Amino acid sequence: MLTFLNHFINGISLGSIYAIIALGYTMVYGIAKMLNFAHGDVIMVGAYVCFFAVSAFNLPPVLGLLAAIVLCTLLGIIIERLAYKPLRQATSLAVLITAIGVSYFLQNAAQLLWTSNPKIFPDFFGGIAIKMFDGQLIITLGTLVTIAACIIIMIALTVFTGQTKMGKAMRACSEDKGAAQLMGINVNATISTTFAIGSALAAVAGVLLCSAYPSLVPTTGSMPGIKAFTAAVFGGIGSIPGALLGGILLGVIEIFAGAYISTQLSNAIVFLVLIIVLLVKPTGLLGKQIREKV
Amino acid sequence: MKKFLTNKSTFSNYMTYAGVVIAFIILTIMGEAGGLSSTMKGQLVPVCAYVVMALSLNLTVGVMGELSLGHAGFMSVGAFSGAVVASALQQAIPSDGIRLVIAMVVGAILAGLVGIVIGVPVLRLRGDYLAIVTLAFGEIIKSIVTNLYIGIDAKGLHFSFLNPLEGLEAGGRMIMNGPMGIPGNTKISTFTAGFILIIITLMIIFNLVNSRSGRAIMALRDNRIAAESVGINATKYKMMGFVTSAALAGAAGTLFGMSQNAIIASKFDFNTSILVLVFVVLGGLGRMWGSIIAAAALTILPELLREFSEYRMLIYAIVLILVMLITNNPGLKNLFGKLIPRRKGAAENE
Amino acid sequence: MSNTNKLKTKMVPVPSHSIVPERDVDKSPILECRHLGIDFGGLHAVQDLNLAIGRTEIAGLIGPNGAGKTTVFNLLTKVYQPTRGTILLDGMDTSGKTTVQINKMGIARTFQNIRLFDNLSVEDNVKIGLHNQNTYSMATGVLRLPKYWRTEKKNHERALELLSIFDMQDMADMKAGSLPYGAQRRLEIVRALATNPKLLLLDEPAAGMNPSETAELMENIVKIRDTFQIAVLLIEHDMNLVMNICEGICVLNFGQVIAKGTPDDIQANPAVIEAYLGKKKEG
Repeated sequence: MLTFLNHFINGISLGSIYAIIALGYTMVYGIAKMLNFAHGDVIMVGAYVCFFAVSAFNLPPVLGLLAAIVLCTLLGIIIERLAYKPLRQATSLAVLITAIGVSYFLQNAAQLLWTSNPKIFPDFFGGIAIKMFDGQLIITLGTLVTIAACIIIMIALTVFTGQTKMGKAMRACSEDKGAAQLMGINVNATISTTFAIGSALAAVAGVLLCSAYPSLVPTTGSMPGIKAFTAAVFGGIGSIPGALLGGILLGVIEIFAGAYISTQLSNAIVFLVLIIVLLVKPTGLLGKQIREKV
Repeated sequence: MKKFLTNKSTFSNYMTYAGVVIAFIILTIMGEAGGLSSTMKGQLVPVCAYVVMALSLNLTVGVMGELSLGHAGFMSVGAFSGAVVASALQQAIPSDGIRLVIAMVVGAILAGLVGIVIGVPVLRLRGDYLAIVTLAFGEIIKSIVTNLYIGIDAKGLHFSFLNPLEGLEAGGRMIMNGPMGIPGNTKISTFTAGFILIIITLMIIFNLVNSRSGRAIMALRDNRIAAESVGINATKYKMMGFVTSAALAGAAGTLFGMSQNAIIASKFDFNTSILVLVFVVLGGLGRMWGSIIAAAALTILPELLREFSEYRMLIYAIVLILVMLITNNPGLKNLFGKLIPRRKGAAENE
Repeated sequence: MSNTNKLKTKMVPVPSHSIVPERDVDKSPILECRHLGIDFGGLHAVQDLNLAIGRTEIAGLIGPNGAGKTTVFNLLTKVYQPTRGTILLDGMDTSGKTTVQINKMGIARTFQNIRLFDNLSVEDNVKIGLHNQNTYSMATGVLRLPKYWRTEKKNHERALELLSIFDMQDMADMKAGSLPYGAQRRLEIVRALATNPKLLLLDEPAAGMNPSETAELMENIVKIRDTFQIAVLLIEHDMNLVMNICEGICVLNFGQVIAKGTPDDIQANPAVIEAYLGKKKEG
């Protein structure tokens, strides 16, 4: 029972990281209707920035995180301006391939700058953990911080999209860009802001991810990126609560599949569950059902 | 004859065949005369395999209009099943050529069967949801193949999943060894075989597109509701296109696998699927000659860029982004159109 | 050009009679709807629709915007499955059938917002309509067996023949998406006819056409009915067209039938006038 609980907590923790990445994915998808495959690589960049800020410049972890957030936000805006904005009118496939190009670019640039030797990410939480039941149930500080970060981000985003002017503009743009523009909303600025927020979230996720799984290489972000995308689809892409739900479920399923079925097959099981969910609910758990008008 | 010249698509199809034949003849002569470096020679068969991969994916993406992100999974099925068959038949059939043909047929059929299994759930979905599920299936195939152990002894083939295979009789040997894949593979693919596979693939795709079934597939791509209203069974024809595409990818996988000393499952991952998708999009959706050129050029390009060693993939990424921006942004397109004067009337022929 | 002339001479079966046939609704209707209804959530989009159409009748379905006319078409072609009621086509129950099966049973339609196969040629669009008429297997097509060549030749000739109804043979090689608006509407009708229907549903065939185009269309609808001996049910806002060529008219408002009858009956019906113009104020 206690092992089960331990796995469950680990699952929630991993799921929270997926959820944070998935939130960024879902927001960008909702507004730009594009699969931003470079999102996972922004995570990797965020993790490297934090790593160097802390290990080379001896900054405290909080400032390292802040540096990662600032640089990733800038990176997100630059990528959007240079690579995606010129393709506003292009087919979604063209944008997808460009995103793949950006992903290759970031990975290879990282490899040139920082080599493919793994960097060992420092443990910010000093191994502090709550131990219960004679140490059989362990909850680390990192786990608590991750879960807390996820909840805070989720609430902040909900308030932001629901209450603020920019948030409302975002929702308007995701419904109908043309109509939003006619209502005087600056669509380009709104899309840029969305990318900025998504990239900032990626930076947070990168730091949390590498705190939990310390080996950092240029391809660190790609698999979590794909899985977080899966999580976003799982929960219903475009939906903020959906991304949270999808992320957490995905994390829990992955940890449980690894623990109770087979570690080699945990990824396969995660994807299998995704397929089953989509077959039952073709637009994800909380996705909107859209009926084509005939 | 008059009709032949006036029909644009027929003309373009024959030019594609001609181009492939001419390229084959030139490369074969260059190879004989020693005009090709050994790296280039080693690339000939993989290039053919990637060309067939791109053509088959173009059938899914360009002709059917469905985005698939897991095409490498079918390649993997073809590569491993073909290699296992070729290895198992080593004594029974001494001729490399016949063994390769049998391996390819088995590879294509198995990949086609996997295509049916995957197609049933996948083709019920639309758009990006379909794409993510093909991606998921690609990863599942990779996981399964990575954990598969196959051995052969006097009693025949033995299979094991997840756990290494034990209890082979004396004289038996392992063919497929889980995460290590197939370490000692006998290379039997040849450039000629690759050329023939490309021609067969082109014939299947061109003839399909210009037939009743192909029109039904394209009708579903352009407007599913209208197609159903004139009596076209969406599931049947989507499946037909998807399974044909999977089977061709399987044959390409066998061709590729049999040109390698060792085959491992992680070679056929998401990145390979994406790579092939890049060939298709750069070559042009539904434009088969475009896929051939893009696949050949982009498979050789990283080899040619070897002198830039570590920068080559970075250059590749930048080229990819620039090409997409130039070809898809109206402003940039016009700018470059002025810089590079086009042949008169070239635009109409597209 | 000699090519097209030759085709014109052996056009579609010669009209047996060009006079409007007597209304044959009550004898044996091609289509019969009984208590047909569908709900979207709480909204009764169509309710208790009873309708019969004769074998060679041209019938009209009219009503103000949002009355549920296109929904009726979607019910008849099973794009939506009805919540209540039955649809009989040629006396056969169509419940549980799919759009594809309905087409094979004999209903073909056009769409209000044109739905052509834009990237394919005009001829291919018609050939897709012929999909279930002249068949051969995928293998025959890929291997180009003799049957492929025979059938494709037949398809080509039939497609041009059908296009000649609207004098569109010369456009056969054009991309459907690049046709002018009126030609796209006509191509949709040709494509629907290619499926060899017993009942043709036309959703606003004259929308966006100028008066002379509309006049030509009216002639052609009658010609199609006469040559193919089929029933036509059309939705149209152009009252001139409806009143001139429809033998029977059904008026829909808020998903319910408010009047049925001949054009003269309908024009005199107070409920119809009220639905279109609003109620006259008392006093």
